[in-house]
Amino acid sequence: MEDLVLQTVSLLASTVRLAVPLILCALAGLFAERSGVVDIGLEGKMLAGAFAAASVAFWLQSAWAGLAAAMLVSIAFALVHGFACITHRGNQVVAGMALNVLAVGLTAVLAFAWFQEGGKTPALADAARFRPLQLPFAAEIGAVPVIGTIYVRLLSGHNALVYLTAALVPVVAFVVFRTRFGLRLRAVGENPHAVDTAGISVARLRYEAMLASGALCGIAGAYLSTAQSAAFLREMTAGKGFLALAALIFGKWMPIPTLFACLIFAFADALQGRLQGVELPGIGEVPVQALQALPYLLTLLLLAGFVGKANAPRASGIPYSKEK
Amino acid sequence: MAGAPARELALELVGIDKRFGAVHANRAVDLSVAKGSIHGIVGENGAGKSTLMGIVYGYYAADAGTIRVDGSDVRIASSQDAIAAGIGMVHQHFMLVENFTVLENVLLGAEGGALLKKGEADARASLGKLMADYGLEVDLDAKIEALDVGTQQRVEILKALYRGARILILDEPTAVLTPQEADALFRLLDTWRSQGRTVILITHKLREILAATDRVTVMRQGAVVATRDTSATSQEELAELMVGRRVQLRVAKDAAVAGAEVLRGEGLRYVDARGVERLRGVSLDVRAGEIVGIAGVSGNGQSELLEALAGLLPLNGGEIFYKGEKLAPPGTAAASRAARLHGIAHVPEDRHRMGMVVGYSAAESTILGYHSDDELGFGPLLSNRAATARTTRLMGAYDVRPAAPALRSGNFSGGNQQKIVLGREIDRDPELLLIGQPTRGVDIGAIEFIHRRLVALRDAGKAILLVSCELDEILGLADRILVMFDGRIVGELARAAADERTLGLMMAGIEPAAAAQ
Repeated sequence: MEDLVLQTVSLLASTVRLAVPLILCALAGLFAERSGVVDIGLEGKMLAGAFAAASVAFWLQSAWAGLAAAMLVSIAFALVHGFACITHRGNQVVAGMALNVLAVGLTAVLAFAWFQEGGKTPALADAARFRPLQLPFAAEIGAVPVIGTIYVRLLSGHNALVYLTAALVPVVAFVVFRTRFGLRLRAVGENPHAVDTAGISVARLRYEAMLASGALCGIAGAYLSTAQSAAFLREMTAGKGFLALAALIFGKWMPIPTLFACLIFAFADALQGRLQGVELPGIGEVPVQALQALPYLLTLLLLAGFVGKANAPRASGIPYSKEK
Repeated sequence: MAGAPARELALELVGIDKRFGAVHANRAVDLSVAKGSIHGIVGENGAGKSTLMGIVYGYYAADAGTIRVDGSDVRIASSQDAIAAGIGMVHQHFMLVENFTVLENVLLGAEGGALLKKGEADARASLGKLMADYGLEVDLDAKIEALDVGTQQRVEILKALYRGARILILDEPTAVLTPQEADALFRLLDTWRSQGRTVILITHKLREILAATDRVTVMRQGAVVATRDTSATSQEELAELMVGRRVQLRVAKDAAVAGAEVLRGEGLRYVDARGVERLRGVSLDVRAGEIVGIAGVSGNGQSELLEALAGLLPLNGGEIFYKGEKLAPPGTAAASRAARLHGIAHVPEDRHRMGMVVGYSAAESTILGYHSDDELGFGPLLSNRAATARTTRLMGAYDVRPAAPALRSGNFSGGNQQKIVLGREIDRDPELLLIGQPTRGVDIGAIEFIHRRLVALRDAGKAILLVSCELDEILGLADRILVMFDGRIVGELARAAADERTLGLMMAGIEPAAAAQ
């Protein structure tokens, strides 16, 4: 019994750890897409953020400095995206894809040039990373069966960015649905003409959304390279930005449902990690590659079958101009 | 309707000039609108009315000129400035967020603080008062997409009122209303005027100008050509000023001599992609030598009916007979081609979306759908020369200006585009013409021409099914009138038995027997 609880709890705990970058990126995408900018560049912004975090954390031996750098770099990427497709009304998908390609190449080249470690950054000391935190009374509660296991292994023992992410979800939900900025954000992605005639600048609003998107992607990147790992690795985002985009669609551009979509994808990822090398009854050992494809197969299945009609923000993907 | 006394000006425009690239949209426009008056602006499509009002509302920036509100110069660089100056605007295409509630739409841009809660409570209170004062009842928590267009317009007016507008600009406000709803709107504008507020009414319906305004300004090709006291002018004079020459507003025609049945639809049903039933069992027939008009407020199933009859829309039920023979179910390429081969011509409602390809040359748009004609080429090859020759001939016959087959279709004016499409379809000598909104976005001179052509086609013994949201057009052309409401045909009237009031009530869904009371 206690063993089963332990197994389940550790599977869920790794689900939480894997979900964090997805959630941050999906919330980033939520701001961008609610404002009418299709954000296929989540992946690139996160990757650039991861590299910036690992580099600065290494130089300054501070995880928080790395986080700040990641957010700044990722915001810079978001502003380039905005400049291309808000100011100059370029194609949002092409611009976002260009950022992704740029991030892959630039991070690798700079890593080679600065650190000469074959495209990765030097391993970070614990002091330069986000380390697990123990919640209060972990030792006392840990003695209680079941509840203690859950408290110590699932709720406690994560790094600061995990708790930050958990706090950000309700904050984003509040901002989107209960504030002036949120009202305008939701409106500009649906009908920018209505926003313009209400005396609000469409471009400014979309830039603000891109700032939020950049900041959140930066946190996701810092999480990957300074919390989950202890260095930047080439292409370490591995499609998580796209997975987050899928979760956003599955969550119908709403914060709470998107959170659950991210958790489902992360659970699939955690599960495939557990199943590697395990003999399954009746099937035998499943090849690692097939297992690793699990989250992506799940994405396809969910988006094709269960999402129903995804009502994207109506003006999403369309550059705004006053003439219809 | 007494003209307001000669007095203060609410709005004064001096020398407003605006170019969009090569198009000179406003040429040194001067306009004076008296406080507490209803001022009409008329002009054909492209005369510059909407651009001018866009400038006043801060949507566009003028290249030159001065705007004065209540006697003092104002700089209007954005809609924010216009709203601050007390100007409100109800656009022809509503500026509403469809999946927002009424309250959210009103709040947008006037939230009253960074958090919505307090602003929402305040807005509820003051909107409740506004709605009671002006009889503009709307459910504040209803989503816009669930409201009919008349109610949506009320939301737009509420938005302007909530922002404290003293000058209200209405752009073609009655295009989507039944005559009774339009009357209610004009009564509201009357109340407004009596409170010393000012209304600017942009419309192409001359009758409304005469009924509702104190003064009227006529625009043509970007410039003001005349301003008149409404009491001292007439529809004929305004039409002549708009076009620059004498026009006949109503085509003379004899009684129809209806022949054999050409088209019959039985129990036509259509459910759209969102699951909304757009046609709920429509049955109708059209006979040779008559024009059957379908009246109704836009969006009550007329468009779907026309597309289904043309073989374009897959029906969920019902059958279509052409000269007594059942047609293949519509919605396939084969069906719409078969319709053409049988002599069914279709002039669609939206010529940019379905009637022509705006990026094509006029010659290419002219052979569209008939490009397989033997005359136009050999096998898979097209003969540009043959296409140009046909286009030149049609341009002559249908008075298309400029008569330039190589010119891009989109560069012709609305009226000339419509003449290209109409010429293409009528040239085949069809037995049946299905035509939707034949004069939408068409200038008055071309309207006259198109109406004459339609009557001539009828007199040649052909059957015509006409869908139009313009009651005047239906009353002027149709021999029999069917009224559609909510996917059904509410009733049928012979032309002689039809008047605007009865039709208006039927357009609101009231049965003809009750409507005639």
